[in-house]
Amino acid sequence: MDWKGAAVAVKDGTFPVPFVHGLEFNSPVHGNWNIVHTGMLVPEARQIYVCADNCMRGVVLTAAEMNAADRFSFVILNEGDLLEGNLEDVTIEGVTDVLNRLTEKPKAVLLFTVCLHHFVGSDLDRIYEELEVRFPDVLFIRCFMDPIMQKTGPTPDQKLRLAMYNGIKGEKEKNVVTLLGSDFSLDESSDIRRILQKNGRELREITSCDSWKAYESLGSGSLFMTVYPPGKMGAGYQAERLGREFLYLPGSFDYEEIHRQEEKLLKVLGGGAGLDIQEEIRKCEEALENARDVIGDTPVVLDHLFHPRPLGLAKLLLTHGFYVESVYLDSISLEEKEDFFWLQKNAPDLMLIATVQAKMRVMPRKRRGKVLAVGQKAAWFTGSPHFVNLVQGGGLWGFDGIRRTAGLMVEAFLHEKDTESLVVRKGWGCESCI
Amino acid sequence: MGVRKLHMRQAYRIIPVYTADVSGVCSALYELGGMTVIHDPSGCNSTYNTHDEIRWYDEDSLIFISGLTDIDAIMGNDEGFLQDIRNAAEELKPGFISLVSSPIPYMNGTDFAGLAEELEAELGIPVFSVPTSGMHDYVYGAGLALAEIAERFTGDIGERNVQPHTVNLLGVTPLDFGPQPGVDLMKKNLEAQGVKVLSTWAMGSSTEEMRGAGDAEVNLVVSSVGIPAANVLQKKFGTPFVVGTPLWGYESVCAGTVREMAEARKQAGDRPDEEKRTFCQGAVSSGDERMISEGSGTAQELWKVDPAQVAYFRDRVTGRDPDTRSAHQEITLIGEPVTMGSLAASIEKKYGRKVRVLCPLEITEGLLAEGDCKVTGEQELEERLSCAEIIVADPLYRPVCPGTACFYELPHIAFSGRIYLRDIEKLQKRREL
Repeated sequence: MDWKGAAVAVKDGTFPVPFVHGLEFNSPVHGNWNIVHTGMLVPEARQIYVCADNCMRGVVLTAAEMNAADRFSFVILNEGDLLEGNLEDVTIEGVTDVLNRLTEKPKAVLLFTVCLHHFVGSDLDRIYEELEVRFPDVLFIRCFMDPIMQKTGPTPDQKLRLAMYNGIKGEKEKNVVTLLGSDFSLDESSDIRRILQKNGRELREITSCDSWKAYESLGSGSLFMTVYPPGKMGAGYQAERLGREFLYLPGSFDYEEIHRQEEKLLKVLGGGAGLDIQEEIRKCEEALENARDVIGDTPVVLDHLFHPRPLGLAKLLLTHGFYVESVYLDSISLEEKEDFFWLQKNAPDLMLIATVQAKMRVMPRKRRGKVLAVGQKAAWFTGSPHFVNLVQGGGLWGFDGIRRTAGLMVEAFLHEKDTESLVVRKGWGCESCI
Repeated sequence: MGVRKLHMRQAYRIIPVYTADVSGVCSALYELGGMTVIHDPSGCNSTYNTHDEIRWYDEDSLIFISGLTDIDAIMGNDEGFLQDIRNAAEELKPGFISLVSSPIPYMNGTDFAGLAEELEAELGIPVFSVPTSGMHDYVYGAGLALAEIAERFTGDIGERNVQPHTVNLLGVTPLDFGPQPGVDLMKKNLEAQGVKVLSTWAMGSSTEEMRGAGDAEVNLVVSSVGIPAANVLQKKFGTPFVVGTPLWGYESVCAGTVREMAEARKQAGDRPDEEKRTFCQGAVSSGDERMISEGSGTAQELWKVDPAQVAYFRDRVTGRDPDTRSAHQEITLIGEPVTMGSLAASIEKKYGRKVRVLCPLEITEGLLAEGDCKVTGEQELEERLSCAEIIVADPLYRPVCPGTACFYELPHIAFSGRIYLRDIEKLQKRREL
């Protein structure tokens, strides 16, 4: 079987979707966070889903696998409920039943309604109003598991990253900066942390909130920012709701962009002390050169799960002498438009390979010789035990993020990993009982 | 504001749900060389391959979703769905195609039977739909899927050549039996009893072996998933069936019942009832979502089991307290009715201790012994378990069991997914020794 339709040289690719839509395959790589993982970041909260068995199965076992079944409940919808068309009552009574059976009420309930609620025209306002009357001490957070809408509007993940911060509040504190929308803490050595530390600012993140009070205090930041693209919409909304300044500083592999982002941050902080950019770049060059010396001409394959900017990473590596063979992705972020056209011109034979295209189920996954995979999907599709095990950009940011990436590549090149055991686990970085 | 009070058997505080019908279809058809297409926006594929399918990592099978969008659902645009299937079929050359519905197409009333007919005419390969809604459990989906295979892929009655002392094992999927060694053990157990296994539906057998299913003297239904296929094969070839699982030392009883059934078949003559042969045609893919809950005649026939066919009934203790809330039954098993019923019979026979089975699945008609019961929802289960002394169940049931009960773990993939897969593998190894 040939690769037609599932792989294309970047020179022949179309922006922003290089592949024709069709039936979709789902690989056994599950390190990405889903709405259950992300929702669990809200401390002292319980998630309640209202949906059909088949949809429920995936989320309830996500919670079980991350050892968080005790913070997860649900209400099953059956065929009779649809025929009657009254999902409001089922939702209200089901949630009430669950909450009444708890010995201790949660501070908040992330209530997930689904595609079916939209399609029968459920009155969501009525549902929430009634629940708020019945449980006045519980904050009901409007969440959605409605993937049928995700190709024509925000994804359930984006909507969650907005709603889950509805409980944050507090007086503005000048020295506090709040990072919203991420699943991971920024690395201790990340540029943002170092800049804030230099300027006497405290960074607050949901990942370090271990109580409802700590969660609420995220609202005290004088500056809200996000580094993860799916968090942009929600973080921007919350900044507007609480009247805070907002910065969107997406993780990047481009020296100039990072420099511009850091200048922007310093400006908002009031023109404080920044990093020594030349020194930062020199260290990046050193780290990349070292990695290049170790990895040599070994083919490198990247994927979109490793970082939201896979083409930016490809460009960085190619300009530093690495043999980047292919990038696994299904569409190209608008933020990577320039990188895409740069690659068309400067690396025309770089292959873009789909991950969801149907024939990817049966295309060969074993490679002759060593391949360095950067990302879990790249590892599975190439059958490589040499891979960088990190998703969604992890805590990488700035020049430090570049150096850390180079270091992770060297580590992966030198040491094999048990690919199957690692990539099938849901929610990289979460507890996993499998 | 007042709202109608509902009976809340639908609210779950802590335990999960069983694998649903959509995944059941995929699991049953996994190894048969077809292409299964779930008409769904997203999620069904990931749920299935993460939690319900232990073969996904390195055993290729053509199972996809359509990526349904809101616009297509609202506008009733089936053409995109059909074209995507045509394109994939042209490249991947599946032996057949099965169409499976998720909740939104079910609610929209998408005519899957009609779409299947259209595709079959165009592509020249068998295409069928299994009337799932995403709101039944796996037994329903997998059972109907295997019935389609029995109906369409087992040749004609004229091709059969009945072999003495042979069976097909019906209702075999990893959801109930875990990795392949669990299936091999059943075969080995039966062969030690002088019963040869011709095919296992549908795990570990080639489609060629399954095609010859009509050659078996008797069919052995090892889980409730196998009942519809057994009924189809009975009507098609006259093959009688026995219900029971040849594990836990219960293989001799299963084999004995198989021999009795074979003998009865010989005495009665094994010509299938021609008039009845066609009863199941069309029943499987009728698209009638009420076929179990309200029951069309043909659907009821598909799931029909006569008490005389159930091997494990003969070894169950009778005259038990019908109040299954009481602790008079010393041991409580929770799970799928055929496997748990067989285990219950085995325990009662061997140790003389009273056992009851609590079955949280939909299809239990004719499969539960006196004193066993079907339970609906977490609260009812908790009530039934309130006085239990010894409980044998999947570990994820533990939070709803009384702290005073002795709890023995018996992991079940259709309940806890892959969480205890390693334990299942260890258990299988121990049984092999």
